[in-house]
Amino acid sequence: MKKLLAISALLIVMVLLAGCSDNGGEKVYVYNWGEYLDYETLELFKERTGITVVYEEFVQNEDMYPKVESEAVIYDVVCPSDYMIQKMIENDLLYAPNFDNIPNIKYIDETYLKSSEEFDPGNKYSVPYCWGTLGILYNKTMVDEPIDSWGVLFDEKYSGEILMIDSVRDAFAIALKYLGYDLNSTNEAELEEAKALLKKQYPLVQAYVVDEVRDKMIGGEAAIGVIYSGEAIYTSRENPDLEYVVPKEGSNVWIDGWVIPKNSKNKENAEAFINFMCDPEIALMNFNYITYSTPNSGAWNLIEDEAVKNSPVAFPPQDILDRCTAYRYLGEEVEANYIQKWYEAKGE
Amino acid sequence: MKIINVLNTKAPKSNLQKNGTHNLGIRNSKWLSFPYILWMAGFIIIPLIVIVYYGMTTNDKRITIDNIASILNPINLRALRLALELSLISTIICLVLAYPLAIILRKSKMKNNSFIVMIIILPMWMNFLLRTIAWQNILERTGVINVFLKLLNLPSLNIINTPGAIVLGMVYNFLPFMVLPIYNVLIKIDKDVINAARDLGANGMQTFMKIILPLSLPGVISGITMVFVPSLTTFVISNILGGSKIVLIGNVIEQQFRVGNWHTGSGLSLVLMIFILISMAILSKYDKEGEGSGLW
Repeated sequence: MKKLLAISALLIVMVLLAGCSDNGGEKVYVYNWGEYLDYETLELFKERTGITVVYEEFVQNEDMYPKVESEAVIYDVVCPSDYMIQKMIENDLLYAPNFDNIPNIKYIDETYLKSSEEFDPGNKYSVPYCWGTLGILYNKTMVDEPIDSWGVLFDEKYSGEILMIDSVRDAFAIALKYLGYDLNSTNEAELEEAKALLKKQYPLVQAYVVDEVRDKMIGGEAAIGVIYSGEAIYTSRENPDLEYVVPKEGSNVWIDGWVIPKNSKNKENAEAFINFMCDPEIALMNFNYITYSTPNSGAWNLIEDEAVKNSPVAFPPQDILDRCTAYRYLGEEVEANYIQKWYEAKGE
Repeated sequence: MKIINVLNTKAPKSNLQKNGTHNLGIRNSKWLSFPYILWMAGFIIIPLIVIVYYGMTTNDKRITIDNIASILNPINLRALRLALELSLISTIICLVLAYPLAIILRKSKMKNNSFIVMIIILPMWMNFLLRTIAWQNILERTGVINVFLKLLNLPSLNIINTPGAIVLGMVYNFLPFMVLPIYNVLIKIDKDVINAARDLGANGMQTFMKIILPLSLPGVISGITMVFVPSLTTFVISNILGGSKIVLIGNVIEQQFRVGNWHTGSGLSLVLMIFILISMAILSKYDKEGEGSGLW
């Protein structure tokens, strides 16, 4: 059935594209997060290599996965997060690129390659693209104590002033970390405890958000929000009252990386694209555009603004990173358990 | 197909059928439906089959009713009940707002009735999503209404992220779908019928109860369907105006698909479809009665 679906979908796409796809030439099909690179770089890539980029975007890992898995559309380069890369490796969906064609990987800082081994042992399948932490964004004018703990998200004092993140793994990571557990926990008792905590939090939460947190915090809708560090630079620029902190209990550090699906038809073009993305100047363009931390030391060296270069938000010091853990793919059953518990926590 | 039926409840029977002289025309015109049939097969029938397939199977392709039975999970049941409640409330509000408006439109001697109708449709020229986001900006704590209230030193209005905000969003977005069918039916009622009723001694109330209301029933029915069904299944309005805090059955289904659990999502969609079919069956029964007693 899935095949049939894929074929019919493909047929429709082919019919639709028949008119315009006939201009020949080399192509690379890229599937990336929304607004996750400077679009000008795509033009530059075409100029330098003659390869046309066909560019598509997804909202979250879970949207991307079924599309790649079902082969409904065939992509050459995709940019999933750590635990999703692991899931794809385990399910044999990825191609191990020939790193001779990606010499620019030398610009990727050792630290991040090492962190990547957590989900991609031996760095065989992925090339780090962006990374960051999960933390609290708060409005200095609306709180009267130093914020340094996840505890404020469960404090009745801030009832109605909290924007909680609407994402299963992140929500549980916060609860688990606050309770002093591992954020990759599979222990039923720990997960139950985390669920109970999140359930208790429900009446205090103003809204569950993901991308909306940015505008709501800038507009002063709430005092405290959960956000990814990459957004924090932008929000603080728009509203100087906002400050980002990685709580002392520790948090999640995530890495998004370029990978090549096994069924890719233009593997060499894909390698050329990934190599291009690792070019320090290109990485810098992307960093300036999306403000998510780059693992590219070449690009970091090129940053002119000292404040940004030494920003503890974009490039946190080692002691903060030591408190942070990456997500691991926990297997289908545990994943379903997390989701079920998240519903129960939010379903009152 | 549903919608086409709903829209056509009051369509006059084609003259062609009455006098057999245009038989040729009918036979030829059948081919005209070909594009739509193709459309229907590709984008309604096949997807429906796919949903039934996913709803009745597990990941390893075994047949199961677990996906459908998952509606009995207390969380899902709660979401379904809440969705039914909210969509019922908004349908009633829409009806209460729309019916008098349609009557006024019918009675008004103004030549620019079509202008008023256009004003009702005008918001629909803007994207549905944008309008809902606009409501979010209006209702927010730092939104337009509260800024204004604050200016007047009045207490602020905290309606965002409550069921009330969701009902407001539903009524705002779906009201035109109630007004238009009712209005269309009402303006088609022959003045002579009403005059005849008055002639035979019926007072205003009697005329309304015995003539206008029964004759307008088909429009009311289409209106109810066209407001109730999208309200019941919406997840965008509850996401944007409910801050994802209020979980309707539409949100549950959307979440299931988002996390890649197509089987449960499809199973729940099937349950929702059953509810919609039930409501349409009830309504169409009333519709027939309305037509049977009201039309000549």
